[in-house]
Amino acid sequence: MHAEPLSLIFLNAAIVNNFVLALFLGICPFLGVSGKKETAWNMGLATLFVMLVSSAAAYGINWVLGVLELEFLRLICYIAVIASAVQLVEMFVKRFSPALFRSLGIFLPLITTNCAILGLALFQTTKEYDFIQSLVYALGAGAGFTLALMLMAGLREKLALAKVPSVSQGAAMSLMLAGLLSLAFMGFAGLGGGHG
Amino acid sequence: MSELLTPQERLTPDTFLRGLWEENPVFVMLLGMCPVLAVTSTTLNAIAMGLATTFVLVCSSLLVSLLRHWIPKQVRIASYIIIIATFVTIVDYAIQAISLELYAALGAFIQLIVANCVILGRAEAYASRQRLHTTFINSLGMGAGFTLALLALGTVREVLGNGTLLGIPLFSPDFQPWVVMILPPGGFFVLGAWLLLFNWLRLRKERKAAQSTGALAHAR
Repeated sequence: MHAEPLSLIFLNAAIVNNFVLALFLGICPFLGVSGKKETAWNMGLATLFVMLVSSAAAYGINWVLGVLELEFLRLICYIAVIASAVQLVEMFVKRFSPALFRSLGIFLPLITTNCAILGLALFQTTKEYDFIQSLVYALGAGAGFTLALMLMAGLREKLALAKVPSVSQGAAMSLMLAGLLSLAFMGFAGLGGGHG
Repeated sequence: MSELLTPQERLTPDTFLRGLWEENPVFVMLLGMCPVLAVTSTTLNAIAMGLATTFVLVCSSLLVSLLRHWIPKQVRIASYIIIIATFVTIVDYAIQAISLELYAALGAFIQLIVANCVILGRAEAYASRQRLHTTFINSLGMGAGFTLALLALGTVREVLGNGTLLGIPLFSPDFQPWVVMILPPGGFFVLGAWLLLFNWLRLRKERKAAQSTGALAHAR
């Protein structure tokens, strides 16, 4: 596993095992903030940043817990670190871009309960990635998340102009769209060298 | 503090039933979608996940409700998360002890119960304001509603995608399974189809109600 080249790790996390469309992580923001392309882009970047910070922190914590033989505390520590990282991003965004802060709304603090981020920390632990590999993995996951969010936002902006039967408006339509996107992404299976 | 501001709910059947139907966490509130889509490729996984989530939901809601006067408002979210993570760790080790096979099938999604918004949502919106017994009944209802939703997806996906129910074959050997249903896209499609069905039922009910009031006005 250690020999895995960095480019493959990136490709695997971003496309082949896309966090949203193949692993079902982070569905809530995926459906919630994919209404407009601009918001989707900002949300993607915020998530990417939190992913990088928490991935680095999770690597450190895992090492410390391993030394102290306290692995059963891993989950609690991870989630605490993620919550603080989100708090950091929240303060940063609020200070430098109040407009963005308003448009992200409740979904900014909810990054804490975005399973993509906790999932990332847990997966990198299971896969025993070293520090650099972990960071690349986080970068790929964040890029994949942003990509899925942007694709969805683009589709939904077009859809707003189309005539949709009233039965299928709202979440049902979004889920069907997500299903189609997911089907399309299945075409990449096998590209990154097996299961990730 | 908050106790003075929010009226305390009286215990009624509705306290429980609301979670099952009217405020169903998955179909109505669209919360906690990740495990709903990810582990419902078989019915058994769906049931196990539903029960595990219900356990965490009920226990953490009870503890939050017990501690509601002592948790400072500023750090409440962090405290709730820590409480939830503690119970998830318990469930994680319990499932590992009960069945390694199940543990492998559910994978990281047991630990990801921490990030399930249904649980945090309950803690914030209900348990932190209401008394112990109503919290217990309400979270039990929510857990049952969540399990029901998982079951609704799991059975459809297993029957269509694998031709079995709980591992028992349902059709003759020449049945061609609809494999895409167990794969990721199937999850999205089945959940979308359920939502379509509920939308259709709701619209039909509204139309009927409008018609009957219209007829009443006409008769007058």
